[in-house]
Amino acid sequence: MHMLAILFRLAWRNLWRNHRRTLIMLMAIVLGTWAMIFMTALMRGMVTEVVRDGISALPGHVQVHHPEYRDDPSVANLIPVSDTELSARFSTAGFRQWATRVRVPAVITSEYDSRGVTLLGVDPAYERDLTFVDYDAVSGRFLESASDTGIVIGRKLAETLNTEVGKRIVLMSQDPENDIADRGFRVVGIFDANIQAFEENYVFAGKATTQKMLRIGDQVSEVVVLGDDYRDVEAEFNKTLQLVDGSVVVERWIDLDAYLGTMLGVMDGFVLVWVIVIFLALSFGLVNTLVMAVFERVREIGLMLALGMRPINILGQIIVESLLLLAIGLAIGTALSWASVQPIKDGIDISIVGEGLDMWGMSSVLYPELLLSDVILANVVVLILGFLASLSPAWRAANYEPIEAITKV
Amino acid sequence: MNLVFRLAWRNLWRQPRRTWLTTGAMVFSNMLLVFMISLQIGMYGLMIDNTLQAFTGHLQVQAPGYIDDQKMRQTVPDAVPLAESLREEIENVNVAARATAFALVSSEERSYGIAVVGVEPAFEPGVSTIPGLVAEGRFLVDEDAAEIIIGAALARNLRVSLGDELTLLGSGRDGSFAAAVVNIVGIFDSGIADFDRSIAEIPIGLFQDVFYMNGSGHQVVINAGGIDGVAELQVRIESLLPAGQGLVVHDWDALQPGLQQAIKADISSAFFMYGILVILVAFSVLNTQLMSVLERTHEFGIVMSLGLTPGRLGRLVLLETAIMGLLGLVLGAILGGLVTYWFSVNGFAYPGMEELAAKFNLPSRFFPQVSPLTLLLGPAVVFLFTILAALYPALRLHRLHPVEAMRAV
Repeated sequence: MHMLAILFRLAWRNLWRNHRRTLIMLMAIVLGTWAMIFMTALMRGMVTEVVRDGISALPGHVQVHHPEYRDDPSVANLIPVSDTELSARFSTAGFRQWATRVRVPAVITSEYDSRGVTLLGVDPAYERDLTFVDYDAVSGRFLESASDTGIVIGRKLAETLNTEVGKRIVLMSQDPENDIADRGFRVVGIFDANIQAFEENYVFAGKATTQKMLRIGDQVSEVVVLGDDYRDVEAEFNKTLQLVDGSVVVERWIDLDAYLGTMLGVMDGFVLVWVIVIFLALSFGLVNTLVMAVFERVREIGLMLALGMRPINILGQIIVESLLLLAIGLAIGTALSWASVQPIKDGIDISIVGEGLDMWGMSSVLYPELLLSDVILANVVVLILGFLASLSPAWRAANYEPIEAITKV
Repeated sequence: MNLVFRLAWRNLWRQPRRTWLTTGAMVFSNMLLVFMISLQIGMYGLMIDNTLQAFTGHLQVQAPGYIDDQKMRQTVPDAVPLAESLREEIENVNVAARATAFALVSSEERSYGIAVVGVEPAFEPGVSTIPGLVAEGRFLVDEDAAEIIIGAALARNLRVSLGDELTLLGSGRDGSFAAAVVNIVGIFDSGIADFDRSIAEIPIGLFQDVFYMNGSGHQVVINAGGIDGVAELQVRIESLLPAGQGLVVHDWDALQPGLQQAIKADISSAFFMYGILVILVAFSVLNTQLMSVLERTHEFGIVMSLGLTPGRLGRLVLLETAIMGLLGLVLGAILGGLVTYWFSVNGFAYPGMEELAAKFNLPSRFFPQVSPLTLLLGPAVVFLFTILAALYPALRLHRLHPVEAMRAV
């Protein structure tokens, strides 16, 4: 313990013998650490946005469908269990939020034009946090109940159809017998979404109204369950499995959208690659600094060895020196990255490239996301690799022959 | 000059380990830059080509406002003759007219709302990849035949196969009811179920009849082969358009605004990372050169008292750095080129990339292309920053006083 204290003090003083070199190296480490963590926070923020928007389009962390529904999302593939029965089961299971929906393709027609859309028959009381639509921001109003006879459409679709709140449109779809099922609706609300495709593709109508129009009685297309954290939905998934039988399939959102699922995985891999690449760029400088530090001190090291300091302690001293340098750099770099995330915490507008990001399924405001796990990852990886990188110069220093080292010029 | 060069060269190899470590940092980042930039440039090219060649084309002639609203009434009068005249006037480009409507497509069992596109059977293969993706049956042949080609996913969902009949229901240009019965002659498979489910093609003559187009269409699509020279082509086409109809020509950037911006977003984040890498290398060089200057203070004092000016000494330091930088540049470019070449033969894949790539119309394996630009761009910037980093140690020499310097140990 005592020895360690001495080693530590020696290492600390050695560091500042050549303060210029140490400072330059420190700056490099700080910059590297900052870049690792800050960039990771930005990327994480981006991915979270993509995933969150993606989930809000699906939406729901865990979903229950007819087995055929995914390949053929039509009125023919409804959940065989009735809505009343499903509601009874799910309402007692203690989910944070869940809802049942009718979700079928439809054609919407105004007096000017027609478009293909996805019709969502919803019960607004259950959907508040489930959809990408902010009820309060809808111009006009959102649906009021499951038997509301109005329809809520997106801003872009309203422009295309040349319609507005208060006007009538016609929805056309089919019933299970393949007869045309249609109905006139009054547009009661127009919503804005941060992704234009949502405004074009989704229309909301009351669930009961939709069931009546499609002549499907008390049936629905899907049950969706929202968990607390989209990253971990296993608990909800298992609980949902208990509630249903083999006549339906239960899927997590990552199964439903392979793109979003892999995006998260790729991101984790990318963070590690990025941290390692930065470290490698740093490591050349680090090893260089250590090699120089050892080289200048050959005589001194020889003397210490001659006076009876054990080689292992010389080794320890060099390694402590290196880790100390890294630790200071990491601390400042981490603090700096935290500080630079603060002012943009509430989102930075990156709408210059906004529409391009739309294509990736994300909106144009970026919220950096500083994850503790990423900070720890960066710090630990750098310390471990730094330790490995300093082994060789330290080893060399420890293995000097005292006599030769002392007499070396 | 020869003498200075010899001095610089020898000075470098006084501390071979240090020189190699610093050069190593350059070689490492140069290799990475060469590979990444080759990969990126190749990827962007593919992304643009694949996206545009699939359906959009490089230029489109449209009615004003159609690009935003896509209303049935925003037509290009006499679209087919216009396409014909453009084909005659301009060489080496593919031109075809199209018309688009949203319609309910029904089989005996099912109905779906999709985009029905009227195409010129003889010229569509030049502006779209869909004709080439026909997996079953054949592409359209006759301008007026009651035929349709649909996507594989749609065929599955409609429960139809080759030779079956489909009913189209929609509204015509004047808002009146439009209906037709068509035969499925081909089924295409793009591999993207959503796309296959959203679009079907019929001959443009039939389209004009069914939707009361009165000879008009919605777009004249021009495929220029590549994005080079599209701007000039756009100007030329604008001058060839019939006067008085107010038709406009949109380039691919206007037609697919997401594309260019997705690329820009990617470039800016990538360049941030490259910048960090280059700066880290610069720090490494700064550290090395500063050390090498400081340890030679005594020696510099002597040569200065013998009459060598600080300017010449500074140039010596810069020359040392330049030699080192050149070594890093050449080795980095060669090794980076070799690595990239290996991947350009064997392909590069990253776990999970398949799903991500499909989203951007990219193949799941990339074949980066080595070119002089990608080979030298990164290393040249690194070289530049290397020289910049050596400026401080070199300029520091001006503050050196020979007598004091000679006393330094």
